[in-house]
Amino acid sequence: MNLAILLLIVLFSTSCFFFGRKKIINITAANKIRMNALPDYYGYYLALWCAIPAVLILAFWTVFEPTIIKAFIINNITSSNLKEFNSDELNLIYQQIKALYLGNFTGTLSEEIRRGAENYKSFLSIAEGSKIVILISIVIVTTLYSYKKLINNNKAREDVEKIFKAVLFTCSLVAILTTIGIIFSLLFESIKFFTTINIFDFLFGTSWSPQRAFVRDASTITPEEYNELKDAFGSVPLFAGTAFIAFIAMIVAVPIGLFSGIYLAEYASKKVRKYSKPIIEILAGIPTVVYGFFAALTVGPFFREFGERFGLEVSSESALAAGLVMGVMIIPYVSSLSDDVINAVPQSLRDGSYAVGATKSETIKKVVIPAALPGIVGSVLLAVSRAIGETMIVVMAAGLAARLTINPLESTTTITTQIVMILIGDQEFDSPKTQSAFALGLTLFFATLILNYIALRFVKKYREKYE
Amino acid sequence: MTNNKVKIKTEKLNVFYGQKQALKNVNLEIYNREVTALIGPSGCGKSTYIRCINRMNDVIETCKISGSIKIDGQEINNKQIDVVRLRERIGMVFQKPNPFPKSIYDNVAYGPQIHGLADHKDKLDQIVQTSLKKSALWEEVKDRLDEPGTSLSGGQQQRLCIARAISVNPEVILMDEPCSALDPIATAKIEELMEELKKTFTIVIVTHSMAQAVRVSQRTGFFHLGNLIEVDTTDKMFKNPNNKMTQDYITGRFG
Amino acid sequence: MSKEELLKKRYRAEKRFKFYGLTSVILAILFVLFLVNVIFSKGKGAFSRTTISVEVDFNTEKLELKNNPTNKEIQDTDFYDLSIESLLNVYKTNGLKEEKDLIRIFSPDYEIEIKNFIIENKGFLNKTAIIELTASDDIDQLNKGNYPRHLPEERRRISDFQLLIYDKLVEDNKIQKTFNTFLFTNGDSRDPELAGVGGSLLGSFFTIIVTLLLSFPIAILASIYLEEFAPKNRITDFIEININNLAAVPSIVFGLLGLGILLGTFDFPRSTPLVAGITLALMTLPRIIIPCRASLKAVPPSIREGALAVGASKVQSVTHHVVPLAIPGTLSGTIIGLAQALGETAPLILIGMVAFVVDLPSSPVDPSASLPVQVYLWSEQAERGFVEKTSATIMILLTFLITMNAFAVYLRQKFERRWS
Repeated sequence: MNLAILLLIVLFSTSCFFFGRKKIINITAANKIRMNALPDYYGYYLALWCAIPAVLILAFWTVFEPTIIKAFIINNITSSNLKEFNSDELNLIYQQIKALYLGNFTGTLSEEIRRGAENYKSFLSIAEGSKIVILISIVIVTTLYSYKKLINNNKAREDVEKIFKAVLFTCSLVAILTTIGIIFSLLFESIKFFTTINIFDFLFGTSWSPQRAFVRDASTITPEEYNELKDAFGSVPLFAGTAFIAFIAMIVAVPIGLFSGIYLAEYASKKVRKYSKPIIEILAGIPTVVYGFFAALTVGPFFREFGERFGLEVSSESALAAGLVMGVMIIPYVSSLSDDVINAVPQSLRDGSYAVGATKSETIKKVVIPAALPGIVGSVLLAVSRAIGETMIVVMAAGLAARLTINPLESTTTITTQIVMILIGDQEFDSPKTQSAFALGLTLFFATLILNYIALRFVKKYREKYE
Repeated sequence: MTNNKVKIKTEKLNVFYGQKQALKNVNLEIYNREVTALIGPSGCGKSTYIRCINRMNDVIETCKISGSIKIDGQEINNKQIDVVRLRERIGMVFQKPNPFPKSIYDNVAYGPQIHGLADHKDKLDQIVQTSLKKSALWEEVKDRLDEPGTSLSGGQQQRLCIARAISVNPEVILMDEPCSALDPIATAKIEELMEELKKTFTIVIVTHSMAQAVRVSQRTGFFHLGNLIEVDTTDKMFKNPNNKMTQDYITGRFG
Repeated sequence: MSKEELLKKRYRAEKRFKFYGLTSVILAILFVLFLVNVIFSKGKGAFSRTTISVEVDFNTEKLELKNNPTNKEIQDTDFYDLSIESLLNVYKTNGLKEEKDLIRIFSPDYEIEIKNFIIENKGFLNKTAIIELTASDDIDQLNKGNYPRHLPEERRRISDFQLLIYDKLVEDNKIQKTFNTFLFTNGDSRDPELAGVGGSLLGSFFTIIVTLLLSFPIAILASIYLEEFAPKNRITDFIEININNLAAVPSIVFGLLGLGILLGTFDFPRSTPLVAGITLALMTLPRIIIPCRASLKAVPPSIREGALAVGASKVQSVTHHVVPLAIPGTLSGTIIGLAQALGETAPLILIGMVAFVVDLPSSPVDPSASLPVQVYLWSEQAERGFVEKTSATIMILLTFLITMNAFAVYLRQKFERRWS
């Protein structure tokens, strides 16, 4: 339906373009005058005025329609019933009504739901009808308005360009809106979570087991119950596990990435560089779910068997396997970033070092790397931020049990793993368990934000130095 | 005034950058303990020539060198020669000052450290001090040896690079337009310094300025399009050159 | 230490350093080869499937069918007895247990397969046909040589009796290996031999289309604004900081955004490519804007000045001259961004694309999976058949990604001008 309306709007505004252009050509020909802008701009002017308001209203309508209808339905249920419902029950009833309307309802049909579905149907048709009426009138009004302005407008080009720039500006605002959206969606649920669980208990508690958490109205929790509840949501083991796996990953990625970056930048012949660089970059293009599968299927069992041979107990979901594979994934980021950074060091510095008789490795170690250090630090920090935000490898290859350990052969869990495990499948909204995932997300968001900010500062400073 | 001993001798030196020939059959002798200036229009091969002497052209992948380069009678243009030892003997100062992003002290100490010239700290301090004194920078920096080399002015940076070059006690110093990025006052200081340095070192300087060649050098060679057109004592070259082309260049008809 | 010794030591250090570098490069390349090798050796089996020839007698009387029945009539008829009877004819059985064993060598969809055969070949009504029925996962793996048949009976799922049937069938040439079209046409299934990536392929396709339609225009327009028109002020700075940070925000956070805003606040349909596409578009946007801006920046100012000098407005100089020159660069940046989005899993899990969907989606608002999510879902299954299927899905996914990236590189090399 929306697609058809959109198509009609596009069709109409295209014809407006030709109509407006023709009109102006006729006027100029009849009156033997020259307008300030080309006829095309008058066409654009009319077409944009016709399309933009209608498309905007259509978009808003589509986004908000379900929310508004839901509000109406729920209002109907609560006003026609004497019974009190909490929001979870209301939600369920609404879902059932929707399912009945769409024809995939299963379960017992109650009078309430049947009536609700009829209401839903009538709301939908009212909405549909009013949408069409409103859109048609908007199109007519804006087209007439702009047509009237068109005839005695001498600045059509400026006006069209103004609209164009406004559209450009709006598009670039999407970045800000996304950030606001992220913060809003994370903060909204997190605040609800922190009203139940004290933020300090969340940040500094050492026991994490959300599956133990019972769902209860937050306002009636007794102190004893709270004591038990807070032990379900102490996230220190998650932070530790995340940092530990990221650390293992960096132990793999930093030396290999750095050395291969140095080798490719300083030693490799053009030919070697040409072929090996893309191969290494394939590692960066492989989806992380593939690494996760690889870690769970090959690397994890390999370590377990290897450990068994030496009488070591190795979990098949060990931090070592997850960290190692994650390290491999990060190698290309470190290597290509440090390759770039090292290439940016001016040749004159190397010449100066060679001229006093330094060998190549002495030049690299004592002149090039110190000069490139801020850039290298920046790229390593970016890699760390990738490691802590990485999800699929740890979901598939690290464990689920939250324990504080520094034994790489045991399983550990991470922030991202827990977010996925809490939110996978159907989740009950408004339970502290679900909300805790958003609180973890918020922590992750800020942690990576800070790391990225520092890293970008480093890189920027470095760039300014040699530009 | 000189002992007229040949320090560097090149014969039939040809240099190619990929397909492009940069030097054509250059035969040149450079004498011990004097300043030899190489002049000529841009792209004539004079920088390429001095970069052959300490084998800096090895850094460029596409560069091919044929012919003979002898230092004290020893052939250096072959695979057996160790470029690290060679460059210890033949220092170089570049067109743009290129101090390392380290302290002033470390800039000068770098060479002696990698070559193991000082076995203890006092010795190293002493080398740094003498090198800075020889390059006439000591008085200006003795109180701030820990500051980064890049914090100095352009002329000071270039003298720091000279100190760096002489810190390993080379026999020859190659200078590739050392004053082209400097103002006249800093240039004058460097020229003064060269007067002093030529007592201990053999100096080859590439320069754009004929006035500078006259001021600092005893001998001058004129390059054009990869050919060495003429070489003689500076006096003779600028007063009465043999070649018409040299005459035209020094009188400013082209270049 | 003499100078000679020192020099030797320095050269040893040089060699060592170079060796570390070379080793690192070789290690990285070996990782790639190893990974690709593991995936390919495990996945290639999934491209073939095993069938068993079964004789079926389509007696209309027994089926209680009229003569010349319509498709619908056949569809509504019960084929169960006929199917069981035909299957049991394959080998002589004794007792209920053996009968069960015999039927279990077939995939559970045998009745549907027989029905579909007769709908497509009505000429066989009242005749006997030989039909290729899909073998069960265990027989399939056995036939591909992946099954440990040397284990004692109690430790394997295939019974000795089933092995006996299998060996007899092989002897009679009744076991065939054919190209596995199911892999591409079927939706998900609990039975590995019937499971295919058809559904997730379509799901990924719809998702990427939605992502492309949303992110490409917005990214290009936003980069034109930032590169060409944006005044130097706080809002511009703020937008730039936002873009740079968003490009490095973990993808799972975008999943939380999709869950919280799109599903939670706006009540969009769960598990659908539409929501996945919007979520991935928000994630991809900054990653496209950055290369788009770079390619706009690469157009030299002389082009703009040239246009302005003949009296073009700023907008005209940009739309007529700068943007067309930057198109190849923006396209290749977009394709690389989309390739990343195509491989993304975590945010899709959060917006519910992990649902078990058998039917193929027909539009972006139907519930479906996507290729990477399918990899995740199947990797959780224990059956050998699913390991094979997972690896095959990865092969298909990687083929798409490599093609997209190669196309992006081609575009860049072929059309991008070098400005000197």
